[in-house]
Amino acid sequence: MQLRYYILRRVLLIIPVLVGLSIVTFTVARLVPGDPVKLAAGPRASPEEIQRLREEFGLDKPLVVQYLEYMRGVLQGDLGRSLMNGHPVTTDLRRYFPATLELVLVSMAIAVLLGIPGAVIAAVYRDRWPDQVSRVLALGSISMPIFWLAIMLQLIFAQHLRVLPVSGRFDARAPYPETITGLLTLDTLLQGDWTSFRIALRHLLLPAICQSLLALALTTRFLRSDILDVLQRDFVRMARANGIPERIILFKYVLKNAMIATVSMLGFLFGYSLGGSVLIETVFDWPGIGLYAMNSALTLDFQPIMGITLFVGLLFTLVNLGTDLFYGVLDPRIRYGR
Amino acid sequence: MDTHMALEPPKGWLARWLEENQSWLEEWRRGIHRFRRSRLSVIGLVMVLLLVLVAITGSWWVPYPEDATGALHISERFQPPSLAHPFGTDEVGRDVFSRVVLGTRISFQVGAIILIVAITIGVTLGGIAGYFGGWANEIIMRITDIMLTFPGIFLALAITAALGPGVRNAMLALSITWWPGYARLVQAQVLSAREEDYVESARAIGAGHTRILFRHILPNLLSAIIVKASMDIGFAILNLAALGFIGVGAQQPTPEWGAMVAFGRRFLPHYWWYSTFPGLAMFFTVFGFNMLGDGLRDVLDPQSRHGA
Repeated sequence: MQLRYYILRRVLLIIPVLVGLSIVTFTVARLVPGDPVKLAAGPRASPEEIQRLREEFGLDKPLVVQYLEYMRGVLQGDLGRSLMNGHPVTTDLRRYFPATLELVLVSMAIAVLLGIPGAVIAAVYRDRWPDQVSRVLALGSISMPIFWLAIMLQLIFAQHLRVLPVSGRFDARAPYPETITGLLTLDTLLQGDWTSFRIALRHLLLPAICQSLLALALTTRFLRSDILDVLQRDFVRMARANGIPERIILFKYVLKNAMIATVSMLGFLFGYSLGGSVLIETVFDWPGIGLYAMNSALTLDFQPIMGITLFVGLLFTLVNLGTDLFYGVLDPRIRYGR
Repeated sequence: MDTHMALEPPKGWLARWLEENQSWLEEWRRGIHRFRRSRLSVIGLVMVLLLVLVAITGSWWVPYPEDATGALHISERFQPPSLAHPFGTDEVGRDVFSRVVLGTRISFQVGAIILIVAITIGVTLGGIAGYFGGWANEIIMRITDIMLTFPGIFLALAITAALGPGVRNAMLALSITWWPGYARLVQAQVLSAREEDYVESARAIGAGHTRILFRHILPNLLSAIIVKASMDIGFAILNLAALGFIGVGAQQPTPEWGAMVAFGRRFLPHYWWYSTFPGLAMFFTVFGFNMLGDGLRDVLDPQSRHGA
């Protein structure tokens, strides 16, 4: 019962956050100097053409009216149209989002699959060389200019060794697979199309490695220090005194207790990454939200900017809510009161 | 004043100062000891000091200082690394080594300015929100939350796109997106410090709000702010480079690392040195700062041993 109220309250709290976000974005997008209509119309457009375009998009009305009209559309699921290509923003989002989602999911999987064992090893060998190596690697990963690493990986694996494709999501020469979810690796698997699956996976590999680096580094170091904290607790001493094997203590009891901060951090990072990585998507020509956002921002194309911000903001708050609820699974003592 | 004090021979100011600050000095001594025990932090400190030296003196000793300001030597273009050009030359024959060295100063300056602006705004707003609470707190912290939800680089992109590309606008955009982290940190700390006895005593002897906030509470938060700043400066440098890489940051011929990587990328895989060396410089700079920050955290903020 309490849980239901908690969820309801959190969902209702999303509304003011999104309204605030939309006002901030609207203000920033509209008050900056520079005329998006002139940019969209091109250098040779006549003043009449520019005026016509301005009226077509309702950009000649007062700002408050524009904002209210925009928000009325949003409530009906209409995020407006792009000034640049004329597409409805929802269509574009539907096209670009799956690519980002696939990249982020796979990179999170890499971070979890390598990060948890990495953290356990670092904690077990505390302050000895495996721990030091993991510390240097983690610090090195967060210090890496990600766009430069991406270029270097391309240079080595795609251009020098020629074992992986340079960029893009799929091979232009192969027939593009039928999409169900939009996640190409998942779609090809569902259809049992192994050749296409391999092509999609090979394209995904380098961007996913770059994208996973931060989450991997943070998981390894956060979890390590939490494992060390939990190892100090009385129940661990008790379990050891009772002769329970160290392996079972570590993996069955300690890990579960140490995971909470890491889960919250990964949840935050997951929600944040769904906004797309401008840098990784640029270098690998990955047709995701980040690339779409960058092109919209650079051309001051304001309907997509608003649409992306609201969409990403909504996802971010929902993912955070999901993370908070997941605590209850890890630690049943957690009660969702206030 | 004690009356018998006057009978003793007067102590030198140094001895008096040492005596008065004994506990505090002791804490510092222990901190420095902890710092020196961690080899990584010492390496980080040495790297940062070296790079600061390079940033300050670089323009005096680089072999081709004119290459940062638009010199062209077309006949020398795309020379591979050699003794004359340790990092090779670029598409108009400029010495990549000179440009990478001169880029150090730009990165350091911009990183420092971004943090100074962000800390000034963040500490002021966070301090007001935490100290006064109520409506001020609600309004400031809701704005902070919204700013934190917003992917910083995206806002920075929009701002630089609107104001026009260039180092100054990129710096402005990053400063605007950087303060909420500090507001958050300071607000939470001030909120709890407000209830402490020393604040209560200051209030009891009649200190005003400004005095309590700036003279009594904020100095206690200094170490937390320094720790965050030392970890942030590397990321500020990376973000500036990212904007330069996308093309909205530094413009030619400014020797900025991110822009250099972007230009060099067009000539890959053949002329690999052009993109590789500016990136390496960036990596080592940020790595140095992060190792230093990691050590500083152990010294100044021993309770939080989280993270890398």
